[in-house]
Amino acid sequence: MGKVHVKMTVNGQEMETLAEPRELLIHVLREQFGMKGPHIGCETSHCGACTIDMDGKSVKACTVFAVQAESADITTIEGIGTPDNLHVLQAMFREHHGLQCGYCTPGMITRAYRLLQENPDPTEEEVRFGMAGNLCRCTGYQNIVKAIMAAAAEMNAAKEAAQ
Amino acid sequence: MNEMTPPKAERAAALKGLGTSRRRVEDVRFTQGKGNYIDDVNLPGMLFGDFVRSPYAHARVKSINPEAALAHPGVLAVLTAKDLEPLNLHWMPTLAGDKQMVLADGKVLFQGQEVAFVVATDRYAAADGVDLVEVEYEELPVLVDPMKAELPDAPVLREDIADAKEGAHGPRRHPNHIFTWEQGDKDATEAVLAEADVVAEEMVYYHRTHPCPLETCGCVASMDKVNGKLTLWGTFQAPHVVRTVASLLSGIAEHNIRVISPDIGGGFGNKVGVYPGYVCSIVASIVTGKPVKWVEDRMENLMSTAFARDYWMTGRIAATKDGKITGLWCHTTADHGAFDACADPTKFPAGFMNICTGSYDIQTAYLAVDGIYTNKAPGGVAYRCSFRVTEAAYFIERMIEVLAIKLGMDSAELRAKNFIKKEQFPYRSALGWEYDSGDYHTAWEKALKAVDYEGLRKKQAEQLEAFKRGETRKLMGIGLTHFTEIVGAGPVKNCDILGMGMFDSCEIRIHPTGSAIARLGTISQGQGHATTFAQILATETGIPADDITVEEGDTDTAPYGLGTYGSRSTPVAGAATAMAGRKIRAKAQMIAAYLLEVHDDDVEWDVDRFAVKGAPERFKTMKEIAYAAYNQAIPGVEPGLEAVSYYDPPNMTYPFGAYICVLDIDVDTGTADIRQFYALDDCGTRINPLIIEGQVHGGLTEALAIAMGQEIAYDEIGNVKTGTLMDFFLPTAWETPNYITDFTETPSPHHPIGAKGVGESPNVGGVPCFSNAVNDAFRAFGLTHTHMPHDHWRIWKTANQLGLHD
Amino acid sequence: MIPGSFEYHQPHDVEGAIRLLQDLGDEARVVAGGHSLIPMMKLRMADLGHLIDLRRIEALKGISIDGGTVTIGAMTTQHELIESKMLADAAPIVREAALQIADPQVRYCGTIGGNVANGDPGNDMPGLMQCLDATYTLAGPDGERQVAAREFYEAAYFTAREDEEILTSISFAGTAGGYAYEKQKRKIGDYATAASAVLITKNGGQCASASIAMTNLADTPVFSDEASDALVGTSVDDAAIKAATAAAVAAIDPAEDNRGPVEFKKHVAGVILARTVERAWSRA
Repeated sequence: MGKVHVKMTVNGQEMETLAEPRELLIHVLREQFGMKGPHIGCETSHCGACTIDMDGKSVKACTVFAVQAESADITTIEGIGTPDNLHVLQAMFREHHGLQCGYCTPGMITRAYRLLQENPDPTEEEVRFGMAGNLCRCTGYQNIVKAIMAAAAEMNAAKEAAQ
Repeated sequence: MNEMTPPKAERAAALKGLGTSRRRVEDVRFTQGKGNYIDDVNLPGMLFGDFVRSPYAHARVKSINPEAALAHPGVLAVLTAKDLEPLNLHWMPTLAGDKQMVLADGKVLFQGQEVAFVVATDRYAAADGVDLVEVEYEELPVLVDPMKAELPDAPVLREDIADAKEGAHGPRRHPNHIFTWEQGDKDATEAVLAEADVVAEEMVYYHRTHPCPLETCGCVASMDKVNGKLTLWGTFQAPHVVRTVASLLSGIAEHNIRVISPDIGGGFGNKVGVYPGYVCSIVASIVTGKPVKWVEDRMENLMSTAFARDYWMTGRIAATKDGKITGLWCHTTADHGAFDACADPTKFPAGFMNICTGSYDIQTAYLAVDGIYTNKAPGGVAYRCSFRVTEAAYFIERMIEVLAIKLGMDSAELRAKNFIKKEQFPYRSALGWEYDSGDYHTAWEKALKAVDYEGLRKKQAEQLEAFKRGETRKLMGIGLTHFTEIVGAGPVKNCDILGMGMFDSCEIRIHPTGSAIARLGTISQGQGHATTFAQILATETGIPADDITVEEGDTDTAPYGLGTYGSRSTPVAGAATAMAGRKIRAKAQMIAAYLLEVHDDDVEWDVDRFAVKGAPERFKTMKEIAYAAYNQAIPGVEPGLEAVSYYDPPNMTYPFGAYICVLDIDVDTGTADIRQFYALDDCGTRINPLIIEGQVHGGLTEALAIAMGQEIAYDEIGNVKTGTLMDFFLPTAWETPNYITDFTETPSPHHPIGAKGVGESPNVGGVPCFSNAVNDAFRAFGLTHTHMPHDHWRIWKTANQLGLHD
Repeated sequence: MIPGSFEYHQPHDVEGAIRLLQDLGDEARVVAGGHSLIPMMKLRMADLGHLIDLRRIEALKGISIDGGTVTIGAMTTQHELIESKMLADAAPIVREAALQIADPQVRYCGTIGGNVANGDPGNDMPGLMQCLDATYTLAGPDGERQVAAREFYEAAYFTAREDEEILTSISFAGTAGGYAYEKQKRKIGDYATAASAVLITKNGGQCASASIAMTNLADTPVFSDEASDALVGTSVDDAAIKAATAAAVAAIDPAEDNRGPVEFKKHVAGVILARTVERAWSRA
């Protein structure tokens, strides 16, 4: 099958490529656009390691074809913070030991980023429910939940201080 | 004291050494998505390999036709056993002294077995090629149940060794029998059992499961024909072993092979073994002259690489009427699948299963393990435990409960009555181990008090009465476990893998400006070595941990080591790190004495410096010493400040812990809610409490998964029923409880810093603890034992069989 | 897990999509959210030559309520169902059920249309729609037609939808009274071991009407008139609940799988249904 032209915005930058219709978005992001943060874990949309933010939704990029992302606005972990200016979530995951092998972490943080936009002050139960599309084999989630709660508190405090 | 000198405590804190909850250095890159995992390794011109796999569990391969695949755009080659045979690579040795087909040689022995390797320009074309290879099979009778392996009508699986009467671990009595391994005193144990007041007997099955790290296994092989050097990146928990094995197999000189383990997305034992994918990638790279990547998908991972457990353990435990245990007998049937590829030290074909006397002073014991071939995937790895230690712990902790029921005793009391006492250490067990240190009674009492054990039993009794009155359909279960691990293999005299002694290593270079790099023979898969090993060094050398880089995983730069599994990094490489640090300090002492113009013996170590005894204001900091080591001519002392240590531990370490789980079982739906989980771990000296806590949380969650539903299940014709994460149970944040962690600290007497290792304790202790809680919930209704995994339907079935639905 | 090759089509209206289905015949499949179909394609268990993506068809999106009738476009996502205040007021059972489907990421993509149309017995929405007595609108070459959800499912993956038709919308009357959706599953992301949807209205302490449907307990969703009838006119006491669950359990035909054997599923179905009824009644 022939390749088709695909264009999308990734972390604020317009990117384009030629892709077969069957090429999965995760492969195009990782291999053509160099965004290696999102990972491949299960390939059947259970583990969430490939989670990206696409048009304001948390999406498992292993279950979307690149052609379906035409014109989409995508944020990956690479777009969430910079080395000089880490996102609060990134800082809190480190502070509270919310990661070990690091493989699930980009998906976790990217998902948590959207969760906190939709629910800036979640309960622990809401965090656990909202993060249930992301599997972690190392941490047992306890410190991930702690990190997200701490990030929410810090973001809210910063918001209040700004007002 | 010099006015400019901060107090000792302040200087020690600045080092972020032992005992500090130092934040991890790895996390800076991981949180930004800048880890470098195997699938992130991309080389110019790189090709992709993908396997044609057997749909059958047992079949003859009549023919393989690659023509349609080869005609497909992008497909460059299709390798079969015939192509590997001239290189003598169609079979390879396993870690357990057996051999394994790399690609199907005439027959297939398990579903998912590698049949042909398709090499293509990209992963899409490779997958298409796999679809197009035509394989003709002739199905053969399938052996799934190891108990039927030696029946007269059992199919012979391994025709290649059908007549071999002697295997790697002694005599074989049947073509499907691999070995029998015996430990302890059989006659004495049987005599004790015959004379005992009470004997409890049970068959305890620890089901087949899989480590299932979030990242699957994979590699990139790159044969550079210009300089004759093979570079192999891969998800290797033991990169040096891979280098040596690759050299022995391929004939490429070892100095021409460089093995690199990049960041590893979890291992848990899955990434210890050598898999056909690695061999085929290397061959494909040699054949094509291009780099070749192979990364398995999740289904391939669950079906073909490294299962764990699958032990059928029959036990008999003898005791006096008042509960003093007098003997333990265990026979295990070990289902090893189609090839014996267990990752155990050579002399231990059933791993350290002979730690199955657990935390108890049992004077007489006997263990026999029969290894059996079946039509299932090979493996038998230590999934987040030392070799077969979780099986052993599960066995003894279930047997204790079964005995308690028989005795009509509280199992907490039964345990306390039989613990090895503090003053008995070092303790020689009936099955041959020398436990280094322990204080079980203190830990146990602390744990029982922390959860208000008596109060819990009262609540349980009240809930039981309410259940009997029909006011609730939930039963409360209290699971108790006191486990003892055995980790940190070597020593070399006992422990080797494929002849390679299980020491480990650390090499340190102190730079002139006082910072340092340390390299180790281990490899982190999430344990945080870059953080914790720097802490050991900080305390040993007085260089702040933040000024120490820790590197692992590149065999061209790291000293030889046996890798990371079986909780051996801290006990062995951690010890090597401390010893290397001490070598640095010994040389630093000479330099300091010279600079201070005193005798070597007249200076003493003070956190981060050597000071003149009795004159602490006269000192040289390690930073100053390092500078002088490189830049000042010191008579009789070589320039530079480097050290290397290869550490062969004198013994293993024996971490232990006391866990208590409280859960509620809904007898109508079979669901279980964890109400509380308390975990007390004693891992000796604690290097980084934050990381220890994280390890315990993670290990407990893996234990939760295993106990409550995770399994590799086969149907009667050998089809894998649990090949995706829909059916292979990995709990989410929603199903996972919060844990309470606690500790006691009983240092190892033989480890340089007293540390014992902790990463695997929570799995070893957690599995029996969850299972004991489920069993305990039904104790009042006459249950002695029900098998894991305790998923909804099996719990329901237990309730049903006990008449709770009538 | 790599899908086979296909051509991709992205029509902008329903007519265009139907024309493609007509032109391309057997080789074409329609994709909505893709979270059932794409994994099947990756496992090469669904092999197709043409993929017709409905995501650009604006007419298939959105929720509207008109004169007490709720109409939901087929491409409305589970997430949108959950977020809709209007829908939560008109038929709160939909939100309660949608929250129990898959996980957050899947709910952002998964659509109600895909969920009801593909005929997977594991999907939650078909049973719910039968409980709601919903009507599906199908558009085909000859125009539109309506099929009741209770008539739509024939067998696993076989429905009343013709090959050249597209399910465009779902409509049902807003609910009154008590409601509940209960689902037992092994973990988040799993299909139901047993699930049930119940709507109940109450009049003077008695059950005035009831509607009961069950999920993943046969090769189609199971709507049980007998179970509903067993509740009507009673005070939904233990005896009535027992009669209703007995009727429902008699109507199901679960298959053994990794979740457990038939006997277990039948038992759990009864327990879950009883709980669903109790909760719905408590809200009536």
